[in-house]
Amino acid sequence: MPDHASGHALSPHRQLQFESYEQQQEAATFGMWAFLITEVLFFGGLFAAYTIYRLKYPAAFQKGSLTLDLYLGGFNTAVLIGSSLTMALAVHAAQTSRQKALVIFLAATLLLGSVFLGVKVIEYGDKFHHHHVPGPDFRWRASDRGPAQLYFSLYFAMTGMHALHMVVGVVVLAVLIVMALRRRFGADYFTPIENFGLYWHFVDIVWIFLFPLLYLIGRHG
Amino acid sequence: MSKLLFFLPEQASSVAGPVDLFFFFMVAVSVFFSALIAVLLVFFAIRYHQSGAATAPAAGVVVGPEPEHAHAQGAMLLEIVWTVIPLGLVLVMFAWSTSLYFTLVRPPADAVAMYAVGKQWMWKFQHPEGQREINELHVPLGQAVKLTMSSEDVIHSFFVPAFRVKQDVVPGRYTQVWFRPTRVGRYHLFCAEYCGTQHSGMIGWVEVMKPEDYQAWLSGAAGGAPRQTLAQAGEQLFTERACVTCHPESGEGRGPSLGGLPGAAVTLEGGGTVVADDGYLRESILNPAAKIVAGFQPLMPTFQGQLSEEQLVQLLAYIKSLGVKPAAEAPAPPATKD
Amino acid sequence: MQTSHAMAEVPGPAPQALDYLNADYGIRSWLFTIDHKRIAILYLLMITIMFVVGGVFAAAVRLELLTPQGDAFEADTYNKLFTMHGIVMIFFFLIPSIPAVLGNFCLPLMIGARDLAFPRINLLSWYVYMVGAVFGTFAIVAGGVDTGWTFYTPYSTTASQTNVIPAVLAGFIVGFSTILTGLNFIVTVHKMRAPGMTWFRMPLFVWAIYATSLIQMLATPVLAITLLLLVLERGLHIGIFDPALGGDPVLFQHMFWFYSHPAVYIMILPSMGVVSEIVTCFSRKQIFGYTFVAFSSLGIAVIGFLVWGHHLFVSGQSAYAGMLFSLLSFLVAIPSAIKVFNWTATLYKGKISWDTPMLYVFGFIGLFTIGGLTGLFLAALGLDVHLTDTYFVVAHFHYIMVGGAIMGYLGGLHYWWPKITGRLYPEFWAKIAAVNIFIGFNLTFFPQFLLGYLGMPRRYHAYPEEFQVLNVLSTGGAPVLGVGYLLPMVYLIWSMRYGPRASANPWRATGLEWTTPSPPTTHNFEEVPVVTQDAYDYPAMEKKVA
Repeated sequence: MPDHASGHALSPHRQLQFESYEQQQEAATFGMWAFLITEVLFFGGLFAAYTIYRLKYPAAFQKGSLTLDLYLGGFNTAVLIGSSLTMALAVHAAQTSRQKALVIFLAATLLLGSVFLGVKVIEYGDKFHHHHVPGPDFRWRASDRGPAQLYFSLYFAMTGMHALHMVVGVVVLAVLIVMALRRRFGADYFTPIENFGLYWHFVDIVWIFLFPLLYLIGRHG
Repeated sequence: MSKLLFFLPEQASSVAGPVDLFFFFMVAVSVFFSALIAVLLVFFAIRYHQSGAATAPAAGVVVGPEPEHAHAQGAMLLEIVWTVIPLGLVLVMFAWSTSLYFTLVRPPADAVAMYAVGKQWMWKFQHPEGQREINELHVPLGQAVKLTMSSEDVIHSFFVPAFRVKQDVVPGRYTQVWFRPTRVGRYHLFCAEYCGTQHSGMIGWVEVMKPEDYQAWLSGAAGGAPRQTLAQAGEQLFTERACVTCHPESGEGRGPSLGGLPGAAVTLEGGGTVVADDGYLRESILNPAAKIVAGFQPLMPTFQGQLSEEQLVQLLAYIKSLGVKPAAEAPAPPATKD
Repeated sequence: MQTSHAMAEVPGPAPQALDYLNADYGIRSWLFTIDHKRIAILYLLMITIMFVVGGVFAAAVRLELLTPQGDAFEADTYNKLFTMHGIVMIFFFLIPSIPAVLGNFCLPLMIGARDLAFPRINLLSWYVYMVGAVFGTFAIVAGGVDTGWTFYTPYSTTASQTNVIPAVLAGFIVGFSTILTGLNFIVTVHKMRAPGMTWFRMPLFVWAIYATSLIQMLATPVLAITLLLLVLERGLHIGIFDPALGGDPVLFQHMFWFYSHPAVYIMILPSMGVVSEIVTCFSRKQIFGYTFVAFSSLGIAVIGFLVWGHHLFVSGQSAYAGMLFSLLSFLVAIPSAIKVFNWTATLYKGKISWDTPMLYVFGFIGLFTIGGLTGLFLAALGLDVHLTDTYFVVAHFHYIMVGGAIMGYLGGLHYWWPKITGRLYPEFWAKIAAVNIFIGFNLTFFPQFLLGYLGMPRRYHAYPEEFQVLNVLSTGGAPVLGVGYLLPMVYLIWSMRYGPRASANPWRATGLEWTTPSPPTTHNFEEVPVVTQDAYDYPAMEKKVA
């Protein structure tokens, strides 16, 4: 049970339904973790489908994987890991009430997120260019045209869902930056920054799984 | 005799009796527990009825027997009893129904292979002797029949209530169902998986005939005997589509020889083996690159979209009709050709 | 449970007191409310509309089945009718019914909280529901959808010519409403309980809602991604279920039922919670085996995740997978049986009054017992082969979802009606309606068990003549059931204006919600209550009266 007799009970950030500001913070963080669990299951469905088809059609998946651009994918991985770092620094800045640093780190995160999305647009364009988009226009030289389309369907579904989460993240970041410019956060109130950090790291981790599963499987040995 | 009870479909297959027996066991258990709960509910509700006990506090409430703070041990014993007894019962049900199920899904060795294709909204059947039927399937009494089924479009389900069998027919793969008819007659065949507009019109008949009548029917009672058996039709396709060029019987072709293949273990390129069942044969025709036989090149083009489900079945029948080759050929030869 | 400030402190039904209903007026005060009680009312309004819509579809289905020939509607129309009946009833009525209405209203009150942890998210989830409803309505108005509520591929991706995408998106969107509600409840139960409200002092309704929320949170995202993949496949050819590409349509079934079987427990668990509340109050006894009932909810929630494969016994999945799913499905029956026995034992030596909520509980226990036992028939591999996709399945799940879930919902609605509206409903008419529903329900659905064993497949527009007698019986019961459902709509609405005012605790029930005035004030409790006793301490209350 949360401690109700807290000194912060009268914090201006406390909402009416909570007895204390601590209780509110705990609830918000707990809620964020619960939300991330739902996200795990959301992506879990995709990963399950991926596993099943990769076991069924290993050759087609390897061939599909070889068509992806390892350098762009690797670059994007580095960009995302960098953005997780700037996000962690932003949370720290909020906790220590360093307003300017907070804005700078949030902006850096936003920039890196946008770079990632930009590279993704280039990669997608490439797929259209080479007719590697599933559908009637799909072109594939080998005879496993069908399973290859399954690979690319999963590629688009998985990276697409990931990118969608990135887009949402970038929009929220923009809002947070505006709020930070208005000095809404500080050592006494940084829950939104902290929780958004959890979200951002989660999206990052999803990519850490996607990158080897989609880009690297054809390249071992 | 054919209708024991008004809600019991006719028993016309070897499994119908055992399935019904299990059903009656389930009904007995259900009636017992439903009645037990119902009797207790009604008895308690009347015996302990106290009008307005919840709504009228002051109006001369008689304090009932001292409310028992149910002494914990007795309560625990009860909880254990009503956990363990149902648990034991469901385990019995599980064991019984599972053994029944394995009878239902494992065709006996003497089963005759027939083929079914479901499409919106009809059933197409092929007999090994070459007869083809639509929405009717003639089978001989007492003879186990194994139906290998596929679909041309969406999922259907082969359901003959009188036989107590049902099996979904799934596009892109083969499924199997078997039955041994035990009574002459005409029985409903339903599509049990929703498949679109005329789902409820996808109804046919299974006609069980005396063996001699069946023979007569085969040899032309229904409009002349067919030109070819299923395997012969397959052989013709095998030649027409030039399969034979790469898969000659001699085993000297660019592809592996197919004699004795069905049911055998195949060693794959890159290690691993696979049993050459219907599903494997189907995949090797439609998506040949998926599993390459050790020692061969992935040269074969795909036949996806170029063979109908019925033609596939004919090819399968032909491949199965090829004699078993001497075991000496089983290990794949090193790729000395080319 | 009694609170430290006893009931005597609760103000009587002072007509002028400001409560959550008259604290503010006007449409805006409702559409922008963040009060969990008002949001519950918003849900109540919507799901009632949805229930009527789904009911009209059901009536049309039964009308068609009166005769063997498909003569009332075209085949395509009929297929759309049963599809939309399923979609509306499951996604828009049953799943939100008890959690979003009664749970929303009662949960904070029952654990001594002023609101849910995230009131704005609560309102958001209602709007998300509304957006889903807009998509659903569009799918219906634009000509309907005919895939069955299960949206099986490849029919839904390639063959169907109807509005599959809007209908699927409706399910997808309303799923997020469910996720948000579940999340909110979970956080609320963990973080917002009043001092002294330990886990094992919580009313069993809260336990049931908690178990339900776990399922909502963990299963619904899988449905979301599955439906999204379906939309991608149908709309953009980005598909993984297409057999022409080597995809597996049965994978869709696995993913679909991974959600949709637990969804059955989303529908029935809250009802079981309601039963535990009512059965104690109207027999004036503590619940028999509190911990067993509480843990059986969690048991159902957990095992319920592992049984989805029993929908696929004839789909071509491996026989050994079938075996495992069959065993687990048998096991999930045990916690349900435990609940039924504990409720029955609670009645023993009680002081039982036959008020309407209790009548619904009797109905629930009876019908749920039949529904549960017939579920064993379907868990049994060898028998399910014959029964699956027949009317036996239709009868079975209606016994669970209508006989079980809706009975519980109506019982709960009557039980908490005085709290929600501050008015008493007319007891006479309510009893008539309860008995009416029980009879109508059995008339409608019992014949379907027999039809199923006879072999009538479900989703049939026309059927062979030998099935007619039982179909006529079933259709004959439908209007009786329909009248039974209309009655409460009439007298409950009537009572909102003309019903006698309710006291704070008309049932002399335990539970913190009854320590607030009827209807409660906007912030529920003037002072956060301190809980000192276990749930359902009716014996103590009875002693006090004596």
